[in-house]
Amino acid sequence: MAMDQLSTTFSALADPTRRAILARLTAGEATVKELSAPFAMSGPAVSKHLRVLERAGLITRGRDAQWRPCRLEAAPLEEVAEWAENYRRFWDASYERLDDYLQDLKEKERTHDNGK
Amino acid sequence: MTTASKSAETTYTTPSDREILGMRVFDAPRELVWAAWTSPEHLPHWLLGPEGWTMPVCEIDLRPGGAWHFVWRRSDGTEMEMRGEYREVEPPERLVHTESWGGDWPETLNTLILSEEHGKTTMAQTVLYPSKEARDAALATGMKKGASISFERLDEYLRTMAGA
Repeated sequence: MAMDQLSTTFSALADPTRRAILARLTAGEATVKELSAPFAMSGPAVSKHLRVLERAGLITRGRDAQWRPCRLEAAPLEEVAEWAENYRRFWDASYERLDDYLQDLKEKERTHDNGK
Repeated sequence: MTTASKSAETTYTTPSDREILGMRVFDAPRELVWAAWTSPEHLPHWLLGPEGWTMPVCEIDLRPGGAWHFVWRRSDGTEMEMRGEYREVEPPERLVHTESWGGDWPETLNTLILSEEHGKTTMAQTVLYPSKEARDAALATGMKKGASISFERLDEYLRTMAGA
C-alpha cells in the first residue's frame, strides 16, 4: 500500500479551500483568476493552495505561460477512495469473523461449565 | 465468507464535528466481547479484514499508558501496521486508546464502550479526529453507506463542500 502518496493526498484534502477548488474543477478546467473568484482570497494565496494540490498530483496545470489552466486528476482521488473502502471492508469483514468467533467462545465456555 | 444467516450490520453516525461513531450488536455477553477485543490470544483470530491476511504481530500492554502494535501480512508479502497507546482500561466496558497508521494520516482517539442486554452486547466505537477537516476527509471517502465508494461519489461530495 502506497502510504506516502496517500498521506500526501489526505493532507491536501484536509483543507476546505482546497476541497472547494477541487469541486470547482470537477466542472472543467479553470484559470487561477476563475478559481480565486468565489473566495475572499488573493491570487497568490490561491496559487499557494494550487501548488499543494499539484504536488499531491490532484491537479495538473497547462503549459500556456500566461493562463496555465488547472485540471483535476482523478487517479489519486480514486486511490483514496479505494484505500478508504478497504479500511471499511477490513472492519466489516473482521466484525463478521468476530460474530463467528464469539459463538465458538460461547460454545467452549458451555462445554467447560458442563465439565465441572 | 458467507454471512447469509447474519443480520448484524454496523451503523455509522456523526455525534459531533470531529467524531464518527460505529455501532454493532454481537450475540455474546460483554465479558467475551471484551476478551476478544483486548487479548492477543483472541485478536489474531478475527481482526484480519478480508480473506488472505494473517496477523503475525499482536502486542498488547493492556494498562493506561501501555502500547499496542499490530502487523498484518498478506501472502504476497504486503504488510500493514497500526499502533497506539491505551489511555483508559476499564474491563469489561470501556477502552480508550490512540490509533495511528503512520505518515501524515491523523492519529485518532478511539473509545470503545460495551453494554450488555439479554446476553447481547452493543459495541459503540467512537473515533475522534484531530479536526473537523480530517474527520470529513475520512467520512467523505470511508464511512459512507454503500458497497462501493466510487470517484463519482467523492466528486458529488466535493460539490456539496463547495456549495456549503
